[in-house]
Amino acid sequence: MPDMNPAAPAKNDLPLKERMKIARTRMPEQDPAVRACNFLEVNLGLDPAAAANEATRCISCPKPGCMMQCPVNVKIDQVIALVYAGEYLKAAAKMREDNILPAITGRVCPQETQCEGGCALGKKGNSVAIGYIERFIADYERISGQLGVPPMAPPSGKKVAIVGSGPTALSAAGDLIQKGHRVRVFEALHELGGVLVYGIPEFRLPKDIVRLEIDNLRKMGVEFETNVVVGKSVTIDGLMNEEGYSAVLVATGAGLPQFLNVPGEHLNGVYSANEFLTRVNLMRAYKPDEYDEPVYDCRGKDVVVVGGGNVAMDAVRTSKRLGARTATIVYRRSEVELPARREEVHHAHEEGVEFRMLSNPVELLGDEKGWLTGVRCIRMELGEPDVKGRRRPIEVKGSEFDIPAQVAVIGIGTTSNPLIQSTTPDLKTNKWGYIIVDPETARTSKRGVFAGGDIVTGSATVILAMGAGRKAAKGIDDYLRTGEWA
Amino acid sequence: MYKIVDARTVGLNIRQLVIEAPRIARKYQPGQFVILRLHNKGERIPLTIKSSDPEAGTVTIVVQSVGKTTAMLSCLETGDSILDIVGPLGRPSEIEKFGTVAILAGSVGTAMALPTASALKQAGNHVVFVEGARSKEMVIFEDELRDASSEAYVMTDDGSYGEHGLVTKKLNDMLDAGRKIDFVLAVGPVPMMRAVAKITTPLGIKTMVSLNSIMVDGTGMCGGCRVLMGNQSKFACVDGPEFDASQVNFEVLMQRNTMYRDKECASLKAFNEQKDTQMAQLRADLAEEAEHHA
Repeated sequence: MPDMNPAAPAKNDLPLKERMKIARTRMPEQDPAVRACNFLEVNLGLDPAAAANEATRCISCPKPGCMMQCPVNVKIDQVIALVYAGEYLKAAAKMREDNILPAITGRVCPQETQCEGGCALGKKGNSVAIGYIERFIADYERISGQLGVPPMAPPSGKKVAIVGSGPTALSAAGDLIQKGHRVRVFEALHELGGVLVYGIPEFRLPKDIVRLEIDNLRKMGVEFETNVVVGKSVTIDGLMNEEGYSAVLVATGAGLPQFLNVPGEHLNGVYSANEFLTRVNLMRAYKPDEYDEPVYDCRGKDVVVVGGGNVAMDAVRTSKRLGARTATIVYRRSEVELPARREEVHHAHEEGVEFRMLSNPVELLGDEKGWLTGVRCIRMELGEPDVKGRRRPIEVKGSEFDIPAQVAVIGIGTTSNPLIQSTTPDLKTNKWGYIIVDPETARTSKRGVFAGGDIVTGSATVILAMGAGRKAAKGIDDYLRTGEWA
Repeated sequence: MYKIVDARTVGLNIRQLVIEAPRIARKYQPGQFVILRLHNKGERIPLTIKSSDPEAGTVTIVVQSVGKTTAMLSCLETGDSILDIVGPLGRPSEIEKFGTVAILAGSVGTAMALPTASALKQAGNHVVFVEGARSKEMVIFEDELRDASSEAYVMTDDGSYGEHGLVTKKLNDMLDAGRKIDFVLAVGPVPMMRAVAKITTPLGIKTMVSLNSIMVDGTGMCGGCRVLMGNQSKFACVDGPEFDASQVNFEVLMQRNTMYRDKECASLKAFNEQKDTQMAQLRADLAEEAEHHA
């Protein structure tokens, strides 16, 4: 599409009826049989022609539901118009006005319940593939080597400390540095990126993409310090009183793994999903010839993963790639209720993952040497809806059955990590231990301290964490400019 | 990158390293530990801190070669660096005035128990420090032992030095002699700590043990270090490393600590077979990292 006038990109003149006839683009993927044996990315991405074709499908609603349903309200209608016009770099820049990590969210957002869920075409199950387009422009920008460094405000002379380096932290860092503040990110682990690095597997989110986004922040002037456990290596008060930070953002993310509290959870071969994924992703246990980190050898083993969210899907598909003979999801509700992204469930099916729905572990079985041999489950049926409207699973008495397993991974969620709160007594938390903040400003009970992401809300999505980071950045900037803490 | 400013052998297969880590040095309290990673393809291992010098910005750790990472670490010399070190992790030892305190330390556990012993002595306790070692070559820090305690004993399994027998023999001797012991801290191999708990639990003597479970992150995030206390799960990295010995399920701890033993043995063997090449590779990797960091 030739660009005749940069101020007014080419418009989509195709009649609406024609646009709606175009079929939704399919994402090219690695063959399931091949990808189930490697850690390379499953989705291969669209080419420019496919992206332009997909952009053509947008019917340009006057009130774009996609934008309203996006947790950070990306101006999706304008982004798509720019893609239609072939202005991919401009589309990326437009995207970055609201979302600084499009290459990441394009891959991991649950689009079906957000932007694509708000798409007018979606009512017929045929929404514009906004996630694919997002990923395309972000990849195009990255491969072009023209990752934009946005304009920066003059230095404010104020220093902000950000605790954690996951999506909340990175998006806040990007905003705060642009507003002229000095920003330093403190990470407890040896590698930056938080859950994007230790949690989400390479085959869903290549780590090079995360590294590049971080390098870009570094270019913008954000400082990073790894191996600092705030609350242990230094306290919040230490950062503010001794190291000269005017504000601190607590963005420490997911907390302690929950276990089932059934007998046998200490058997060898039983992991939390956090441990299993951290060993494989952060510590690269999937490359045993190069790296020293061990993970239980899944080759030829039966692996059971308990849970139905994205973390459980990541773990089960990881085990398959590590050579598991069988890889089974055990979930207490039915497949309709699986909280994971629809695409992950679909991919897991294709890769040969077995789904034991309406089943719940009651005991983990082991041999006399303490190694796992199986998972004893009980069948469940769905009863009345609970407060969230989800039908409550109820045990079917006497329906126990055993699944052979030498590895079990428990991915049923997390509880808050008390590390920072316990050394910052004036930081108020709710009864579950999550930090209480003002929802508009992200201010905590402690002057100068802000919080956002999973440490406030409990486990959520990358995009919600990013949104929280942006909100916190705005709250921090307002505070630093006015000095008011009302 | 964290520089090793002093490295020395203190016993058979036991090395002491002083590492530049200013943040950790400033915040360290007795009983806490670090997690370190030698190179960019290495594993993360927990090691207890023996002492710190906040002014010099250094921490001292003591390491016994048991697996590949500890063997590699033991080969490092003054002037070398390691890639990552984080801490201080875990809860500090409880320092109170108990009265008479018995510290029972097995092999490299002596290094971990020394700072807590000193602190307990300073808090006004009468500290009896019993160090146990397999043989004379593995007796470490004997002078420091005497400084950190009011009474010090060295026991060797083979009788080649000090008194002949296990640390539990000394504990039993003291109890048989009618000495009142108000608090016990046991640090060492799991069977030794279990044996101590077996003696003190029925007598109702408050006893803490420092647990060396398998860890990855050290901040509570992975749960790999979970230990069974009664029928409750606790995480050694954030709830410990010290726990009430009467509650610890030592069998489960021993079982879990064997999880990667085969791999550990295999990788140690592979390392030992090509020690020189592996160390040359490590130093080359670290030099490259240093350049990258600069």
